[in-house]
Amino acid sequence: MNRFHKLDKMTSTRCAVCKYFRRRCPPDCIFAPYFPNNDPQKFTCVHRFYGASNIGKMLEEMSVHLRADAVDSLYYEAKCRIQDPVYGCVGIISSLHQQIQIAQSQLAKAQAELSFLDANLAAAEPTPSHSEPLVQPNGAVDHGLDDPLNTWFY
Amino acid sequence: MASSSSYNSPCAACKFLRRKCMPGCIFAPYFPPEEPQKFANVHKIFGASNVTKLLNDILPHQREDAVNSLAYEAEARVRDPVYGCVGAITFLQRQVDRLQKELDAANADLIRYACNEIPSGLPHMSSIQPITPPQRSIDHYPNRRIGDIDGGGGGGGGFYQSPPSFPYPYANHHQWNPSGSGGNLGGGGGGQGNM
Repeated sequence: MNRFHKLDKMTSTRCAVCKYFRRRCPPDCIFAPYFPNNDPQKFTCVHRFYGASNIGKMLEEMSVHLRADAVDSLYYEAKCRIQDPVYGCVGIISSLHQQIQIAQSQLAKAQAELSFLDANLAAAEPTPSHSEPLVQPNGAVDHGLDDPLNTWFY
Repeated sequence: MASSSSYNSPCAACKFLRRKCMPGCIFAPYFPPEEPQKFANVHKIFGASNVTKLLNDILPHQREDAVNSLAYEAEARVRDPVYGCVGAITFLQRQVDRLQKELDAANADLIRYACNEIPSGLPHMSSIQPITPPQRSIDHYPNRRIGDIDGGGGGGGGFYQSPPSFPYPYANHHQWNPSGSGGNLGGGGGGQGNM
């Protein structure tokens, strides 16, 4: 009874990696925190492209507090590669670059149009000095530069 | 794309693995001996047998692009062991979001001009059209809806759906140039493959 109890305990606490390899999961298993046994797909997905030993080496080379993010990013890239075996997540990067180029071009167009409209708005606003025609000392009315009778520039 | 094995010169993969480069070596067309680092990176991250399996599952005319994208990912992972390419994706996504906001603001101003909220002094305001932003999801990229990978990711705005619940790793640092060396697979680059 004790032997079966021990076996049950071992199998139920194995991480997904050790379960995959049908081996004992040691207490200090490097994979256990990141590949829980209730999510076997995570490891099978990552293992398909990277291999367990490569993942183990990568995790060993980095600080413990960064490992969870590293495993998540490996999982993300592996899923991208499953969806697109040729380009993987590089296809997404390429698409983002294209979107940025398109957006920058459209933003430049919109800003140019706004500048044009702003400039026209500024030019179209009547200036205070021309709001009312000036009456000259001799009684003539000066309508400003548009006045065909205004001969100051001759 | 000549096979280096035909010239009795081992390809970079066989050189790295210290084995004879046989005619028909699957790596030879894609790992020339002049680029040893390319295979070294790929081997470090993926391993030779995984790459072999992957190439065998892909049509021959797509293998060059596949190898180049693997080399790109491997180099990204070597440069940034924690986030790899995902760091670049996050960074670019933030740029897209920022540009989207700026474009929305500019379009809002244009609409105000068109509706005469801001008189422009121009006689024909109906000719002013807001600049339509790119489509809001990457529908032209049918197999790559990031949000679908996890059955629905976060964020609904922007030009595409955001990757699901990733931290932004580049809040404080960024040296990754997605269109830099290692295949030159950025959107503006040519690269060896036609992406």
